[in-house]
This record gives sequence, C-alpha cells and structure tokens, in this order.
Amino acid sequence: MHALLSRRQTLLMGLAAGCLPAWACAAPRPPDPWATDEIAPGIHIRRGLDEDVTASNDDAIANIGFIIGREAVAVTDSGGSLNDGRRLRASIRQVTPLPIRYVLMSHVHPDHVFGAGAFRADQPVYVGHAGLPRALSLRWDYYRARTEAILGKDTVGAAVTPTMLVHDRAQIDLGGRVIDLTAHGIAHTDSDLSAFDRETGTLIAADLLFVRRVPSLDGSLKGWLKELQLLKKIAAKRAVPGHGPTSVDWPSGCRDLERYLQTLLRDTRAAIAQGRDIDAAVKTVGLSERTHWVLFDDYNGHNVIQAFKEVEWE
Amino acid sequence: MGVTRIVLLALTVSTLTALGASRVACADDSEAQMRAHAAQDEAERVARWQQLQQAVFGKRALADGAGVIQIEAPEHALDAALVPITLTMKSATPIKGLYLVIDNNPSPVAGHFTFGPRSDPRTLKLRVRVNQYTFIHAVAETADGKLFVARQFVKTSGGCSAPVGADNADALKDIGLMKLHLLGPFSAGKPLQAQLMIRHPNFNGMQMDQITRLFTPPRFIRTIDASYDGAPIFHLDSDISLSTDPVITFGFVPEKKGSMQLVVRDSDNAAFNHSFAVPAG
Repeated sequence: MHALLSRRQTLLMGLAAGCLPAWACAAPRPPDPWATDEIAPGIHIRRGLDEDVTASNDDAIANIGFIIGREAVAVTDSGGSLNDGRRLRASIRQVTPLPIRYVLMSHVHPDHVFGAGAFRADQPVYVGHAGLPRALSLRWDYYRARTEAILGKDTVGAAVTPTMLVHDRAQIDLGGRVIDLTAHGIAHTDSDLSAFDRETGTLIAADLLFVRRVPSLDGSLKGWLKELQLLKKIAAKRAVPGHGPTSVDWPSGCRDLERYLQTLLRDTRAAIAQGRDIDAAVKTVGLSERTHWVLFDDYNGHNVIQAFKEVEWE
Repeated sequence: MGVTRIVLLALTVSTLTALGASRVACADDSEAQMRAHAAQDEAERVARWQQLQQAVFGKRALADGAGVIQIEAPEHALDAALVPITLTMKSATPIKGLYLVIDNNPSPVAGHFTFGPRSDPRTLKLRVRVNQYTFIHAVAETADGKLFVARQFVKTSGGCSAPVGADNADALKDIGLMKLHLLGPFSAGKPLQAQLMIRHPNFNGMQMDQITRLFTPPRFIRTIDASYDGAPIFHLDSDISLSTDPVITFGFVPEKKGSMQLVVRDSDNAAFNHSFAVPAG
C-alpha cells in the first residue's frame, strides 16, 4: 500500500513538474558546501562535530578537508557519509576548479571513509595504508549497516577500496606541492596513514591525534604511544587532529593525548597487578582524565577493555 | 550438544541479519537502534526463552534461582565482543553443572560447565560475545537434578559479527598459549580462585571478508578440562560465544601442593595441554 501511494505521488509530482516554471524543474539542489578553515595556505579543514553519528548530523564528526596544489587537489579524508563527502566536494568547488586527483583514506573508521564514494566521478586515486583493504573488507558492510540504520538507506553506498597502497612511506605530488605519506604500525587502528605537507609544515595526523574529544582505541595502546613518539619528531609547525580543533601547534598539541594514553597504560597495569578484573578496571582506570575530554563516558570504558586485553598478556 | 546446536542455529537464522554496533567510532545507542530494539517486546523475549528452554532442558522444570544462582553482567556492555559475566552460586545440595544461555545469540548455549570433585563452583567468571540486545540466562543444576535459573538483560550488539581486531594470521600466532593466575594464597584443603587465560581467536565463522566474500572459517574452543592432580575441577562444553582470548575465573580446592592440568580442544581438533604448579613455583 505504501509503495503504491508513493508511486502515485511520484507520478503526480512528475506531471505537475511538467507545467511549472523552469526554475522548479531544476536538478536536485546541489549540496551545501561545508564551512572550512584555511589553517595554512591551501589547506582547508572542516571541523567535525564532537558527537557520535545521529540521524541529523550526516556523521560529519571527523575533521576532513583538502589540500590544493598548483595542478590538483587532495582530499584528506572524505567524511562519514556520502552526503558529508558531497558537501566537502562542494566546498572544494567553491575555491578551486582543479581536478581532485587524490582521496586519502586515513584509516578504517566510518567517519573518515564513508564520504569516499562522493568522489567517484572525479576518478581519483584512493590512497590508503597497505593494511586498509583487508580492514575495510572485514568491516565495511558491518559499519555500513550500522550507519545506514541511523542515517537511512544508501547514505553510505558500496565499498571503496584504496587504489594506491602505502607500505611504509610514499609521496604524492599536487603540482609542485609534495605530500609525504606514512603508513604507521598498529596504533589507533591497524591502518593509520598520516600526511605531511612540506610547503607549510603541516601534519595531517587524522585519528593518530585526538584533541578535546576523547580518543578511541581500536588498535594497540603501546603501539599508539610508540607511533606518537615518531610523530613528535616530525618538524611540523602545526598538526590537524582527526577530532578536535582544525589545527594545533606541534608537537605540543599531542600533550593531552599522550597523557591520556600513558594514564590508560599505567592505570591498567596497576589494576592488573592488584588482581582486579576487567569489569572492575573499567570503573576505575583513566578516571583522572575525565574532566579533560568530551564524550569521555562514552569511550573510556571501551578503551579500558582494549587496553586490558593487551596488557594482561604482558 | 552438537544436535542441540544445530536446532538452535535453525531457530535463529533471522538474528544473523540484525547487525548492530560495538563502540568503535560510533555510538551503539542511537535513537533509531533503540526504537528497533524496543520493537522486540517483552512477550517476544519470553517466547524465545520458552523455545530455548524446551530445546535445551526439554520438559524439566526450572525453579527461580533466587538464593541459589546469581548472574551479573553490565546492563550496557561497553564492548559487545567482550562482555564480562560473573556467576555466583550457593546451595546446600552440591551444584554439579551450569548452563549459560545467551538467548539472542546465533548459537545461544554459550557454555555448559560440569563441576568435578576438586571444584569450588561458588564464583565463576567468563567473557562472552553478545550479538544483540538479549537476556542472558544462567541455569544451575544441583546434584539431585534440580534446575535453578537466573537472568540478566544486556544491551549491546554486534559482538558476534564484529571483526576481530588484528588480522587472522596474527590472531593465530600464539594459539594455545595459556596463563594461570592464583588469586589468593595457597593453603592445603582451602578453596582457591584461579584465573585461566587462553590465547585463541575463537573465530565464530561470522566475520566476512568482503574481498573474497567468504566468512573467516570458524575455529573455536569446544571443550576445556581442568583437573588437579588428575581429579576433575570442571569440564566445559563451549561454543562460538566465548570471547577472543578467553579468560575464565573459577574456584578449586587443592588438597595439597600439586599441579593443575588444562586441556583445551578446538573445532579443528587441535588439543592444547598445559600444567601449572600450585602454588606457582
């Protein structure tokens, strides 16, 4: 009955459209461009919301953006849904007509890769960590089902797999503007890719760097601390966190993250040494960090479980 | 047990399609999901349990477990793939077995413990996967054949199909490795709690690889036997609902200094044997 009604409605709308003025027959309204910050010359970042995905936020919760070279554009994460990606694309077209040649996929999480399909028509090179295809293959459908249950059908679309894999290091050139790419060891996830813009000394850290929004641990606690030490050595002027402000000073901008991760490790080890169970540890570990982070209560417990699983085998 | 499992699987094919969330990058308690879950009302849950009860226990009566068995689980699990469960049992008649049933999991009977003469079954802890909002039922069986049931509702989803963290080769690297922690001082003849950790991915056959369109083949722990100087502590028939790298905390009564033997068998017919000195040397 529903289907019939909606078909009839569609039909009526089509008939009506035939006799309306031309402006009413225009193609669907183009997506609203996101507001972005130009945090350094040619680097535009959209601030993600400090929320989880909801029916009204398009999963626009990660910091996403683009870098404009002299010949081409690189998207530095595409967003959390097709609409998030489309709106980012509209932002790009507001400031440059250059071709979108690269779309970076910083790691497997949905808020960073579900906008990738919005750039298919640009036929970009999709760039990811060598471990990303496997991670995506295991998780895309699972994440898609979850996200579409909230945002609606076809808001994510079919899987996009990276076409350029970074095993250790690689470069992409946007026309006199070289971006260094680094594939990291297991840290935030097992597929973390960071980017460094030589021209402005900007590190696009993605979710290897959380500021203000509580970090989420889905890889290895000790691995993340290790990769952070390496990142701190990069002579960057600023870094773009995956969540939080669109730009922070570097390396001072990772101080809170490092303290959080160290606290998680220290408290978890202490809990295990005291013979506390995983369910007891969840109630105590990391609590000194509570006031420093948005969404702390939504993620800390999960992080403790990840940390506990890793540390209990030491 | 094998036959029961097949029957139960057939009952629950529909639950396989209901993918949910574990807390990785998104919340699992969105309004949409809350509404979806609310749709399965209490009556449906009760009917499901009746179905399961019939399949597992037949016509045997189940008495209210108050005072005999208690189950504790987080009302809202933080990680669907690792939900800690604590079972507390107290009975004048010795307890000889325990069933843990996760009603809405694809294979609901998560474990059946049979306690041996060296066991102290008063406290038992384990970690399980939970696939969607569900009741978890714990049924204790006393030596006289009576059954006592307790239940707890758990909100979480996606634990069974949630991908294992590391890739498969990595997950199999240390398979069979075990650690045993004694959680108190040894005193001959006094009950003692022990925590057993087992490295095992417990692949449940529900993690799909999108490239090959194949599910990671199941490889899960079928049985665990713990004994002390040759006398049984417990035998566990387990299933795909145990978490990756299972951890089980249980009580035993060491009559004197000796050793605990563990034998773990999995669905690939691999057997892992370990022996631990008590007290730890």
